[in-house]
Amino acid sequence: MEKRVTFKGIWLPILLVAPQIAITAVFFFYPAGQAIWQSLFIPDPFGFSMQWVGLGNFEFLFSDPFYRASFVTTAVFSILVTVVSMGIALYLAVLADRLIKGSGTYRTLLIWPYAVAPAVAGVLWLFMFNTRVGVVSWYLGQLGYDWNHVLNEGEAMGLVVVASAWGRISYNFLFFLAGLQAIPKSVIEAAAIDGARFWTRFRTIVFPLLSPTTFFLLVVNIIYAFFETFGVIHTITSGGPQQATTILVYKVYSDGFVGQDLGSSAAQSVVLLVLVSILTVVQFKYIERRVHY
Amino acid sequence: MSDHTGMVEKRGVGLWLTHLGLIIGVLFIFFPIWLAFVASTVTQPEIVRPPMPLLPGDQFFENYGRALTSGINAPVALMLFNSLVMAMGIALGKIAISLLSAFAIVYFRFPLRKTFFWLIFLTLMLPVEVRIVPTYEVIANFGMLNSYQGLILPLVASATATFLFRQFFMTVPDELAEAARVDGAKPMRFFVDILLPMSRTNIAALFVILFIYGWNQYLWPLLITTDPEMNTIVMGIKQMFPSGDDTADWPVIMATSILAMVPPVLVVVGMQRLFVRGLVESEK
Repeated sequence: MEKRVTFKGIWLPILLVAPQIAITAVFFFYPAGQAIWQSLFIPDPFGFSMQWVGLGNFEFLFSDPFYRASFVTTAVFSILVTVVSMGIALYLAVLADRLIKGSGTYRTLLIWPYAVAPAVAGVLWLFMFNTRVGVVSWYLGQLGYDWNHVLNEGEAMGLVVVASAWGRISYNFLFFLAGLQAIPKSVIEAAAIDGARFWTRFRTIVFPLLSPTTFFLLVVNIIYAFFETFGVIHTITSGGPQQATTILVYKVYSDGFVGQDLGSSAAQSVVLLVLVSILTVVQFKYIERRVHY
Repeated sequence: MSDHTGMVEKRGVGLWLTHLGLIIGVLFIFFPIWLAFVASTVTQPEIVRPPMPLLPGDQFFENYGRALTSGINAPVALMLFNSLVMAMGIALGKIAISLLSAFAIVYFRFPLRKTFFWLIFLTLMLPVEVRIVPTYEVIANFGMLNSYQGLILPLVASATATFLFRQFFMTVPDELAEAARVDGAKPMRFFVDILLPMSRTNIAALFVILFIYGWNQYLWPLLITTDPEMNTIVMGIKQMFPSGDDTADWPVIMATSILAMVPPVLVVVGMQRLFVRGLVESEK
C-alpha cells in the first residue's frame, strides 16, 4: 500500500519521525541490546568487572529446576486464565445475543471492569480471600473448608487465576458478542426450521462461524496472561508459596531486582524476547484480523 | 410446539432464564467491587472481626477524607495526581509522536523510510516486561528515577498507534493532498488543517484506550518510584500493606482501591462508543 500523491522533501519527514525513532532507540533497542549483551556475561561479586561466559547463563538457567518449573507454572496459569475468562465471556455473550431488547444494557454493565487495573483486581480478590478478614474465606470456614492460599499452592494458583480472569471477561465478552451479532440470523433460523435445537445449532453453526474471533481471543489472552498479570501476582502471592505462582515475567523481576542476579535476569529477558517474538508473529501471520463489529 | 414461536430469540420462561443467567454474571463481576466499597465505608474493627457487614456503613467521608489527605505513606490525592500526569503524558505523548511519524511515512518518500517503519514495528516485540533491568539502568543514568519523565518516556513509543494512524491516512482520498499541493500549501499546513481534523474520532478513540493503559501501569512505576510522593495510585495500594504481621488499615486501603478505579471506569462508561471503537481498531 503506497500513496500516489506525496509531498517533496527529505529533512522534514526525517524530523517528523525523529521523536519516535529517538525514543525507540534509547528506551527500546538499546535496553534490549543490553539485555542480550549482559546475558553473555556474569558480573564478579563486587560488580567491578564482567566475565564472558558465552551461553553459560542460558545453560545454567535451563538446568535450574526453579526456572523450568516456572515454565510449567506459566503454561498452567496462562491456559487456565484463558479458558476461564473466555468460557464465562462466551456463556454471557451467547445469553446476551438471545435477547432482542436489553443486550445493550448488559453490555454496559459487563464491560467496565476492563478499566480496573490488574493490580487493583488483585487487591480486591486478596481482600475477599484474606485468611484473617476475608469474607469468602470466612464463609468457607463456616462450611468446614479451611482456605489458606498463603500456604496451599493449589489455592494460591486458583486465586491468581480467578483474579486475572475476572478482569478479562469484559474484553472477551465484547468481542464474542460482536462476533455473534455478525452471524446472519437467517442461517440460524433456517436450522431452527429444520428442527435443530439450541445446542445443535450452537455446535454445528454458531461455534464454527465464531472461530476467527475465538482464535484471535486465544492468542490475545495468552499474551495478556504472560505479560500483563504481573500486578495480580505481585499483590496477591508475590510468586509464592514456594514459587508456585512465579510466572516467567515475575521471575525476571524477582531475580533481577530482588535477587540482583543480573546475568540470569538478562538471560531470562532474552528468553522472554524470543517468546514475545513468536507470539507476535503468530498474531500477525495466522490471525484473520478482521473481527467484524 | 409452543417454544417454536420465537425460533431463535427466547420468549416466556426461556427469556427469564436468559435474564437470570446474565444477572448472575453481572453480580459475579460486581461482587468484589461491592465488597471493596462496603469496606471503604465501615470502621476497622468491623472488618477485622469477620464476617464483615455486606451493607455500607457511615464512615464514607471519614475514610475517604483520611485516605485523600494523609493516606499511609503519602496522601492519596497526590498519588491520584501522579497517575493523572502519567496517564495523560503517555496517552498524549503516544498520540503526538505517532501522528507525526505516520504522516511522514505515508506522505513522503525519503531514505530509510522502510527501515524506520520496521524499527517501529519491532517495538511490538519489546514490552517493558522483557527489558526491565536495562531500561531501569538507562533511566537511572539519565537521573530520571522518581520523575515524571522517567514514568512516561519509556512507555511513550507505540507501534500500535503509529499503525492505526498509518492505516487511517491511507484511506484519506488522494485528491485532498493533490488539491493542497496545487494550492501551494506546505505539508505541515495540510497536516494541521486537513489531516488532523479528519483524524479527530480516531484520536479520541485511541486516547480512551491509551489513558487506561497509562493509568493501570504497575511494574514500571513500582521500579522507578522509590519516593512515596512519586507513587502512582495503582502501584501505591500494595505499598500500603504493612510488611510484618501488623494488621492492614483495610478501610483506607479499600477507599484507595475504589479511588484508583473511578477515573478509568468513568472514561470507559462515559465514552463507551469511542472505547469500543478504540479497542477494536487498536487490535486490527
